Amino acid sequence: MSLAFKQETFRDDFTYRNSPENIRRFPFPFDRDEYMYSVNMEPHVKGRAGTVYENLIDVDEHYVSEMRDRALVLKEDPLRYQALPHMMSAQWDTLELLMEQQAAGYPEHFTLIRNGDQWRWINRPLGIDDTFTFGDAATLPYEPLEYISRQTQGDICIVDQRDGNLWMDAGMVTTQADWSLDFDIGMNFMEWHGPVPLAHQIGVFERALKFLLNLQLGKPVRRFNWTMTINPRLDTSPENYPKWGPDRTTVTPENVGEKVHLRVELQTLWRLPRSNAILFVIRCYLMNMEELVSVPKWARRFPRVLKTLPPELVDYKGLTRYRQTTIDWLSTHDDGAPTSPGFWPD
Amino acid sequence: MLVEGIKSRPVYKGLVLQPYARRHLFVLEGEGANALLDQADQLDETILSRSEVLYVARGSQGQGHDEALRRLGADMFFTAPTIATLLFRLKVSLSNAHMGTRLYIAGTEGFIGQAMTVALDLGMADAAILTEHRGSLARRVQCVHCKGMTEDVTQSPFACSHCGLPLLVRDHYSRRLGAFQGVNIDAEEPGSAPEPEELFL
Repeated sequence: MSLAFKQETFRDDFTYRNSPENIRRFPFPFDRDEYMYSVNMEPHVKGRAGTVYENLIDVDEHYVSEMRDRALVLKEDPLRYQALPHMMSAQWDTLELLMEQQAAGYPEHFTLIRNGDQWRWINRPLGIDDTFTFGDAATLPYEPLEYISRQTQGDICIVDQRDGNLWMDAGMVTTQADWSLDFDIGMNFMEWHGPVPLAHQIGVFERALKFLLNLQLGKPVRRFNWTMTINPRLDTSPENYPKWGPDRTTVTPENVGEKVHLRVELQTLWRLPRSNAILFVIRCYLMNMEELVSVPKWARRFPRVLKTLPPELVDYKGLTRYRQTTIDWLSTHDDGAPTSPGFWPD
Repeated sequence: MLVEGIKSRPVYKGLVLQPYARRHLFVLEGEGANALLDQADQLDETILSRSEVLYVARGSQGQGHDEALRRLGADMFFTAPTIATLLFRLKVSLSNAHMGTRLYIAGTEGFIGQAMTVALDLGMADAAILTEHRGSLARRVQCVHCKGMTEDVTQSPFACSHCGLPLLVRDHYSRRLGAFQGVNIDAEEPGSAPEPEELFL
């Protein structure tokens, strides 16, 4: 099925909305009525049609507008894209993987034609048709990672593996939940997760690191993370906190449904073949409360999750100012009936 | 003692002399001079003949250490007027260094961070660098908004010396920048910043 790409904004007038079909395929991250950190990783394999697992790199109706927003962010702050010099081989690995996956999943929108190291990449939604030499960065308008991440939804990081650790050594980060690539680049796994509360003490990061160091080629894995955002703003970077921070004071019982968004990250991790690095895709999905309660199971479950959230997480995720208002509004959509296990709508 | 438990902050293990190194490069700031002077009795002829000492005094602290350091009798000794001058000299010394060189850095955390950055940029291995924290607990802080660096921060929140925003000093440290992260504390309600507290004296 061909996608109808929406023209919408993630800033200023915030015209971003999900179509009813897109709400049904939203990756709702709670499989029960409460939440706590865990090493919630599972194999990233294809799933049912009509879900975000239909393809391993998901392209949806927001693709074109998201790519425009990324270009705007980079125009203001080019440091959102950075790669350390030793990551060039991993950059090519990433370009190959993302081109292959998008072309395989959406042949009507993307085409990759390979003739030895002469490659032709056609991206119809963005009007791109480029021929280049694989392995020769001078034949592309940007470095390979910047080139392909300007054409892929989600933040794209590449993590180097050495000395029994993982290192945040390259990335395109414009749709982040309040972390700075410019500050964190070059850090190891424990360092860049340093500010996360609770999880260190319960050993989550040690187990996750051990697991990822053994990630196998051809066997990607995935996990969810989530937070909440006021207005459908992709760029909630620490750099721009003075711009989006004040939004948190604007939530009222009247505008909860439209302003408050569940922000879900579908994180996928892929071993790369030449560099042995790990590609880390952090794909952000936004859905406002009005849209969320259109699925009765989620309308019951989400207020229950918010009510039982540990205070440290409420603070870390920045929900303090508007959590109660949101719970009050959502609870009017929760009839108290039990919810079925699992993520999916009934 | 520095606050413990900050995952991204390096551990400064102390200047342990490496007797078999081919060359010893000591880079010392202010009270950091004492990290070397305290073990002067272990500096034999061999070590001294292979040693280069670069020193910068720091405000009123550390005055007088330059004479004591000079009297050690290292192969080379240089007193820099400013940290920038010292780092420039360090760059040249490291560019000409051979395998088997050990770098010893002592002083405030901001200074250690800056000297480390020079060494790592020149491809020096972590294992060849020894560090010791001495002197003030003041932090070097990067404003995440304007990216400007403010030296010798002892309070949180404090006003960014570049863009003026009141910044909370987070316990999040970047080795590459040699700095802690400063984040606008009253972004959600401008004007609501709490009174500064002296936290890093």
